[in-house]
Amino acid sequence: MSDILADGKTASAAPSDGLAVLEHKRSTAETFGIPLAVLAELTHRCPLQCPYCSNPIELDRASSELTTEEWKKVLSELAEIGVLQIHFSGGEPTARKDLVELVQHATDVGLYSNLITSAVLLNREKLSALADAGLCHVQISFQGNEPIVADRVAGLKNAHEKKLEVAKWTRELDLPLTVNAVMHRQNLHQLPDIIQMAVDLDADRLEVANVQYYGWALKNRAALMPTLEQIEETSRIVDEAATRLKGILAIDYVVPDYYALRPKKCMGGWGRQFFNISPAGKVLPCHAAESITGLDFESVRSNHSIAWIWQNSEAFNRYRGTGWMPEPCKSCEFREIDFGGCRCQAFALTGDAGNTDPACTLSPMHEKIFKDAEREAAAHQDRFLYRNFAGGTLETEGEHGA
Amino acid sequence: MASSRNISVSEASRPKLPRHTRLKFDETRQVWVILAPERVLAPDEIAVEVLQLCDGVRSVAEMVDQLAAKYAAPREAIATDVIAMLQDLADKGFLTEAREKAS
Repeated sequence: MSDILADGKTASAAPSDGLAVLEHKRSTAETFGIPLAVLAELTHRCPLQCPYCSNPIELDRASSELTTEEWKKVLSELAEIGVLQIHFSGGEPTARKDLVELVQHATDVGLYSNLITSAVLLNREKLSALADAGLCHVQISFQGNEPIVADRVAGLKNAHEKKLEVAKWTRELDLPLTVNAVMHRQNLHQLPDIIQMAVDLDADRLEVANVQYYGWALKNRAALMPTLEQIEETSRIVDEAATRLKGILAIDYVVPDYYALRPKKCMGGWGRQFFNISPAGKVLPCHAAESITGLDFESVRSNHSIAWIWQNSEAFNRYRGTGWMPEPCKSCEFREIDFGGCRCQAFALTGDAGNTDPACTLSPMHEKIFKDAEREAAAHQDRFLYRNFAGGTLETEGEHGA
Repeated sequence: MASSRNISVSEASRPKLPRHTRLKFDETRQVWVILAPERVLAPDEIAVEVLQLCDGVRSVAEMVDQLAAKYAAPREAIATDVIAMLQDLADKGFLTEAREKAS
């Protein structure tokens, strides 16, 4: 029988640990073969202003973006060293005029391509051209199930309506569709309707992703943090829908870790099975990694190969494996299960990326962040700080009344 | 129709890989893989052989005949294994049925 890598094969390999299964010669901690999938953040430009954007606060300007030729060279190099999938993301990847050309190049070098988009800049001809260029999959973000909540979160009028239209074209062109719904206190009540919307749009897959609190989302934490009751209800709704919709809609669920007991295995472990490339060409262990000050990330514009950067650069090796760990991680029986959680979160909440992620109950900070989350969730400070190149714009009282 | 994706595999089925998945030989790691959004599967040799027969034209019955002849094995045993394997893949969203061509 076939093994779904996501199911894991060994007792120590957590779900979705594809590499540990494919390259099982070494111990889990030592495994860092070339990743199966890479995220290419083509640009930080985006017509949306979502307050939980996963891009850094310091956005890369258009003038610093890699050129078409540079991206093509990157794609060729990735395919050559064994990467199988490329996720085109941003910002808004369709803001790049050369997207069709880049997708075609990914196809030519044998990469499975996925477009992660807000959809609002697409028209039918553009989508059709992307399909003809060999695009394998489309993932569209939704901010709610109806325009009042969705357009307010996106900070863009008529965004929701446009997304619905593009989702329909996607299926008409027989492109597979994933609906990505980022969930937080101000839209969790819509989850059952969002699930139904995904079914009605004939999506293959739905990602229900609770906000992860770095960068923009951390600035907006008080406006986004769900209550514990909401999270319990969410888990119940997702479990029920996953059973009811088996074979119709696959649902992936990302839990919010502030309310968890154990930290998430962030990125499958630092520098173990994932990297992304920023618009300006930095090779990063995760899309939030640049928020950690004091780490120097190499660029594809340097004279090093991508494989060299992945295997040898100081930034990737700093928190790779288990050797860097202090207590309580060092002697913890879960150290190869979660790799100490998330480095960016440890940095954001404790000031030191080498500390245990406070999402873990073993962190001395855990009790405090749990209490902070509960307090912020109860305070109903609902105004957003919208994401933009100017460092953010606070939602006006009028907008907030919507 | 979304519900058409929820297939029940029988000998009459004509399964194929859905558009969002690709069966490919990974030269770097020297293994067969199925690529799907956010997932990579590593099917074993037997699964790869069966999947290569899933072209949306051949029926499961024809595949079973072919495999029974090739391996000189009891048809019933092969049918049971093949249907169970394909159903498992279908439940996980890695197999669909060929759409009826409107001719």
